[in-house]
Amino acid sequence: MAKAKSVKKAAAKPAAKKNPNELFDRNTQSFIYNNQVNATQRMLDFDYASGRELPSVAAIINPTGGDSFSKFFFGRREILIPMYKTIEKAAKMHPNVDVMINFASFRSAAPSTEEALAIPQIRTVVIIAEGVPERRMKLVTAKAKKLGKMIIGPATVGGIKAGCFKIGNTGGTIDNIIDSKLHRPGSVGFVSKSGGLSNEAYNIIARNTDGLYEGIAIGGDMYPGSTLLDHLLRFEKIPEIKMLVCLGEVGGSGEYDIVEALKTKKITKPLVMWVTGTCSKAFKTEVQFGHAGAKAGSEAETADAKNAALKKAGAVVPNSYDDYDQKIKATYESLVRKGVIKPKPEPPTPKVPMDYAKAVKEGIIRKPANFICTISDDRGEELMYGTLPISEAFKKDIGIGGVLSILWFKRQFPKYAAKFIEMAVMVTADHGPAVSGAHNTIVATRAGKDLISSVVSGMLTIGPRFGGAVDGAAQMFSDAYDRGLTPEQFVEEMKKKGVNIQGIGHLVKSIHNPDMRVTVIKEFAQKNFKATPLLDYALEVEKITTSKRDNLILNVDGCIGICFVDMLRNEMPKAEADDYIRMGALNGLFVLGRTIGMMGHHLDQKRLKQPLYRHPWDDIAYMIE
Amino acid sequence: MAQKAIREADGKRMMARLLKEYSGGKYSVEDKYVTVGPDTDLAKLPNQYKWLTKEKLVVKPDQLIKRRGKNKLILVGADWEQAKKWIKEKSKGPITIYGKFDEKGKPTDKGTVGNLTHFIVEPMVPHKETDECYIAIMSTKEGDQILFYHQGGVNVGDIDAKASRLNVTAGDLPTPAEIEKALLQKVPAGRRKLVAGFIEALFKFYADLNYAYLEINPIVVTEKAVIPLDLAAKLDNTGEFESGKKWGQISFPAPFGRNPSKEEAYIEDLDSQTGASLKLTILNPEGRVWTMVAGGGASVIYADTITDLGFMSEMANYGEYSGDPNEDYTYLYAKTILDLMTRKKNPKGKVLLIGGGIANFTDVANTFKGIIKALKEFQKPLQENKVKIYVRRGGPNYQEGLRQMRELGEKLGVPIEVFGPETHMTKIVSMALKGGK
Repeated sequence: MAKAKSVKKAAAKPAAKKNPNELFDRNTQSFIYNNQVNATQRMLDFDYASGRELPSVAAIINPTGGDSFSKFFFGRREILIPMYKTIEKAAKMHPNVDVMINFASFRSAAPSTEEALAIPQIRTVVIIAEGVPERRMKLVTAKAKKLGKMIIGPATVGGIKAGCFKIGNTGGTIDNIIDSKLHRPGSVGFVSKSGGLSNEAYNIIARNTDGLYEGIAIGGDMYPGSTLLDHLLRFEKIPEIKMLVCLGEVGGSGEYDIVEALKTKKITKPLVMWVTGTCSKAFKTEVQFGHAGAKAGSEAETADAKNAALKKAGAVVPNSYDDYDQKIKATYESLVRKGVIKPKPEPPTPKVPMDYAKAVKEGIIRKPANFICTISDDRGEELMYGTLPISEAFKKDIGIGGVLSILWFKRQFPKYAAKFIEMAVMVTADHGPAVSGAHNTIVATRAGKDLISSVVSGMLTIGPRFGGAVDGAAQMFSDAYDRGLTPEQFVEEMKKKGVNIQGIGHLVKSIHNPDMRVTVIKEFAQKNFKATPLLDYALEVEKITTSKRDNLILNVDGCIGICFVDMLRNEMPKAEADDYIRMGALNGLFVLGRTIGMMGHHLDQKRLKQPLYRHPWDDIAYMIE
Repeated sequence: MAQKAIREADGKRMMARLLKEYSGGKYSVEDKYVTVGPDTDLAKLPNQYKWLTKEKLVVKPDQLIKRRGKNKLILVGADWEQAKKWIKEKSKGPITIYGKFDEKGKPTDKGTVGNLTHFIVEPMVPHKETDECYIAIMSTKEGDQILFYHQGGVNVGDIDAKASRLNVTAGDLPTPAEIEKALLQKVPAGRRKLVAGFIEALFKFYADLNYAYLEINPIVVTEKAVIPLDLAAKLDNTGEFESGKKWGQISFPAPFGRNPSKEEAYIEDLDSQTGASLKLTILNPEGRVWTMVAGGGASVIYADTITDLGFMSEMANYGEYSGDPNEDYTYLYAKTILDLMTRKKNPKGKVLLIGGGIANFTDVANTFKGIIKALKEFQKPLQENKVKIYVRRGGPNYQEGLRQMRELGEKLGVPIEVFGPETHMTKIVSMALKGGK
């Protein structure tokens, strides 16, 4: 963003004498009504390819947002284009703008166009929407006529003045703009109803003449704001345009106005014209083609009748669209022979940088990714956990244990293992309010903190002394077992080192008063696991320690940790299982389970509206000497 | 999205509901119109509409048919039993309806064949033939035009030449004085005020409800009342967001004689599910030339070119896909066409034109995906039917789309010729039909 510059304001130039029939020049700037990011960028790409200095979009009218800026490319550079809530404000800020390209929906196209017409500086409004009520459009058109302003559309892609100004999405992508030589002017004026076919026509014109000067698609509606004839008459009065090409359509009578203009010599430049819809005679009942206006209500409105009348009036009419290109070529070549058109040398082809996304799509560039993910994918139609679509996860009822096994260990564990994980979560979920995690959560909650802060406060106590035994026991026991120590040797070694064996010992529970949690886990493992070598080993160790003191039992942390190692070693190679333990998977299991309890305590304190906790003085031994 | 014809009964009911409001209470039309459709239980109707068994009735088909009188499709003065019998008889099987008649009332065209499925039943309005007038309001480029003639009915003749006209600029409303002056000079003086007021209200109704066409012929005019008899109307269906509530429950029926086949109805249904456009009309199921063209404009031109080159009788279908349909929709669309074209073999083989212009912003490779999937599925039937495929398309990512098509041609064992923007859009038509390059 550092280099992003605000859009240049049009330099105040001495007013050159302008041809009033020209709607656009190389300094024309427009407003885009409704935030159309792609269309705007395409216009700016065209500007750059055409060598324009001033972006053709001065501002975007964003009626649903506030005033702000939007970032676009102008060649390789990034520029900011201002956005305004109202046309009125945009007009005040950009007094040089005289075109509005209206991307409003069919509902609001008419009122927003009327609003723009009322602003004196606006000369041309292009209406893109399809489906504007005919009655509304007639009112808009009448208003524009009265004010001497131009409406293009509705139901159109717009139009293009080669090398000068491009309306919205006209001409498609930048490659096509350059292939069809729309970045520099030729001598042909083109007008049609259809936006899609105008793009095809620009291609034909580029291949058979010195190129397009200006092309307009008036739109497919029954009552367009401007007609084929309106634009042909305009082109007639633009000296740079030497020949006219037009594509008419079955239905309506607009083409007869052209016949009339040919007869009365209002059109004198050579006109190559074809009216589409000659196939309508192949249909049994009245057909409505794609355009609202494309329907023959009478014999005169058929394509055949119109083509015949045009030919009679002096237009160059092919036998079929199939030789439209040949007629255009022949007409152009005869103008060259007569010296009316002097072909100019082709300027160098401009290079517009390709968008990163497009280059990727076409497979012509690559870039190493900054992140890798191998466990889930949210890009497709359905969220994937590993290779399992989320809907399958429910269909197969894989449970939390199944989801965890995919996301943590990249495989779907069998039912028993998933169930074991769930049991571990259940068993570790809470251990009353007095342990450090719950206690901290409660204190933080009572200090008025939110859920996340309170839970994090509790969670930060999890470590070597609190909750860490699950992980510690797993590591210690598996290490001893893997080194081949007998239970006796293990106990002896730890005693020598003066280290307590993690996972052994309980404050109140003993061999005579067993911890039910341990019993449940132990029995489940013994019954369901393929093998429990480490648990068997630990139980041997417990026999030795309890013989010394009866509360030195295998506690719940130890039991979970040790059984978990057995389970992992059942389901994956030992080396991989050891990796997961080293990476902290077992701590994760405790954190996961205990979070449930901490949240419970947080909610409990909130529910009880507990005040700020202050530790009593008498519980603190002050010893300041 | 265009001007669409509505049923007579819908138009009349709308008038019955709203004309009073638009005329400040001065005029009203009695709501005594019943639509009989294929699912209507004729036996139960009189329970709901008591007048059916008490009054003399008029029965007419209500399917956008012109010249019902000349086609002898109006039953006048019947009782309910006769009306039921007549409806049953007329809806039995296909009938032919003619559009043009000579002076003796003999049809002069080939006519359109179709089934009668919808009828309007209403009370007969006894009146003198001399009281029948003609009125129409139609949309024009600058606004609207009102046509009036002091005679009406079946034999009104060339109304275009005879009628008085009043042009109304967009946004204006004609005053009774203007109406009287421009339209009613031949109406007996004693009736003019009444008719002028009616037309004033009718125009407000027409304009406010986004009508594009409203013809009442005949309309009965006496000293006391103005009563519409036969009505034909079109609405601008883009006005739905403004007038839809006032329109009420209406439909835009297909013209008489256009009975969509199973496949056409299927594509219509697909079309209604997506924001994109999918259209299919089958012209000749045994035709050799099938098209699958992208774009409303281009599809017409391909059909034109087939016609212009003299192969109209071989043209099997008209259709288009446009507005960027997704892979599923193009697949289903292509499958439907491939299925239709491989049902019956033709010793001369068949041709499929996958055509299109240069797209403005549709990703060509994407839209080809669904088509390629369908072609693969129909590999065998395509081979057996000796189908040759011609592809022409341009636009965003077209190189990739064309490459995939070429590659498919090599694998499929079905000849596929592929062309881009360097080839004129319709050249594949002459290549396919005439074998020339």
